[in-house]
Amino acid sequence: MTKLNPLFIGLSAVMLGMAPWVINAAPYESTMGLVQKVFYFHFPSAILFLVAALICGVASAIFLFGKKPRADGWAIAAAELGLLFGTLTLVTGPLWARKAWGVWWVWDPRLTSSLLLWMIFSAYLLLRRYGGPGSDKLGAGMALFGMANVPFIYVSVNVWRTLHPQTSVVPTLPTEMGIPLWFCFAAFTMVFVTLLNLRARLEHQRARIEALYLAEDEA
Amino acid sequence: MTRICRAMLMVTALIVAAPAMVPMMTVSAMQPPPQSEFVPVEDVPPGEQIPAFTMLGTAYGFVWVALLVYVWSIARRLQKVEAELADLESRRK
Amino acid sequence: MIGSFFRVAWHVMRKDLTVEVRSKEVLLTTLFFAVSVVLVFSFAIVREGRAPDDVAAGILWVAVSFSGTLAMGRTFERERYNDTLRALLLAPADRPAIYTGKLLGLLVLLGLVEVVLVPLVGLLFNAPIFAFPGRLAMLLVLGTVGFAAVGTLFAAMLVRVRSRDTLLPVLLYPITIPVMIAGVRGTAALFQQTPDLAMAQFWIGLLIFWDAIFITLALWTFEPVMTE
Repeated sequence: MTKLNPLFIGLSAVMLGMAPWVINAAPYESTMGLVQKVFYFHFPSAILFLVAALICGVASAIFLFGKKPRADGWAIAAAELGLLFGTLTLVTGPLWARKAWGVWWVWDPRLTSSLLLWMIFSAYLLLRRYGGPGSDKLGAGMALFGMANVPFIYVSVNVWRTLHPQTSVVPTLPTEMGIPLWFCFAAFTMVFVTLLNLRARLEHQRARIEALYLAEDEA
Repeated sequence: MTRICRAMLMVTALIVAAPAMVPMMTVSAMQPPPQSEFVPVEDVPPGEQIPAFTMLGTAYGFVWVALLVYVWSIARRLQKVEAELADLESRRK
Repeated sequence: MIGSFFRVAWHVMRKDLTVEVRSKEVLLTTLFFAVSVVLVFSFAIVREGRAPDDVAAGILWVAVSFSGTLAMGRTFERERYNDTLRALLLAPADRPAIYTGKLLGLLVLLGLVEVVLVPLVGLLFNAPIFAFPGRLAMLLVLGTVGFAAVGTLFAAMLVRVRSRDTLLPVLLYPITIPVMIAGVRGTAALFQQTPDLAMAQFWIGLLIFWDAIFITLALWTFEPVMTE
């Protein structure tokens, strides 16, 4: 994976750079006009936000029950990325909503549970930072509860019909809108994978340093 | 508690919890239908465009800045850690 | 084997309650704090001598949540102070059983607090607490169980952490807010002018679902997080 890093970084940068042109070529949406184009960044961020939560939860479970120390590095990396992509989602969303719905925020299930998931990531990172020794296990325990939130967020829009466009909007997209969306989705996923990899690598190198210090102390 | 015991407990819990979902479905059936697809259009009346552009611009700008800041943050931390690691390794030799 | 599980849980709960009955420290301080919360919120919200409609449910659950967090912190602080938690964990008892015992003890404590809080809120806000006592009781029990299940786990996890007093609410609230929302909206549905029983039923169903998931998760994770 590490050898491919420069390739990933390069590819991510190029794709993200091309995105504005691709998005510009897409047609306007009839009811929402220009501002709907935020969708091309908002939707991939939101999906990757949920994916990060899943990765964090699964890695935490592997760390806690499978007792694999390396899994903890992936858990922290996923949590930071979840915070990042969550922030992107929660900022682009209201900017779109202000124009499309007239309000910055509504307390509907999807927005509320997304905000909660964001807060759970923040709490997790605070715990890892200030929890002292042993906070890796504690964080892992907490992350499991956080991950249980994710399916609820996804399903919530379909159970409670609200202002949010239904999840079925995406499959019915016409091609001129589909192509920019999937292009941006691919670009964002590339960025996500690259950053996740780098961040996990950072964590694993830190663990190696600690191990080396411990070995030095014993010698 | 053995693994099997725990697994059985989990399954029982889900079976108990499942009927509780029924009232959820009835409530959801009573809600009004939402927007179900995006409809594309070629051009948009001029009055619509300018205010939305600030929102759009801010959104994209924010995404770019956030991504760049995070990449810079990782790069800085990774550099520090790699330097410390190299130092430790050379000391061991 | 199931028998020994419940026996251990029972003994742990009895231990906690016996200690509590002697000093009554946590019970009285938590109770007083809960009442203070209700009063502070009442003063904040009342305008021209009248409270807006539908605040009773919110204030009740906020008081339960705040005082519950304090109670959790205090009961585990007592264990830490006397270093009895390590003794508990060293005992040849099933870890999840210890968790269950502590959870039951906490539930008894919070139950006693709610027995005082609910009539108080009913009195101050003219809330119809006796209109649907069964459903109201179910909402309170299920909501408190969900909240306490996660809280007992987190409080136990944080016992040896330095900033545990501030970290407990920081970790607990985002995860238990769904339970709180269910509690508040269900109670509000029962308290409103024309009670919406279907809505209350819906929130009760959701609470059962969440409680099942939270308790199972907590039982699974208690053992691995408490080992060194």
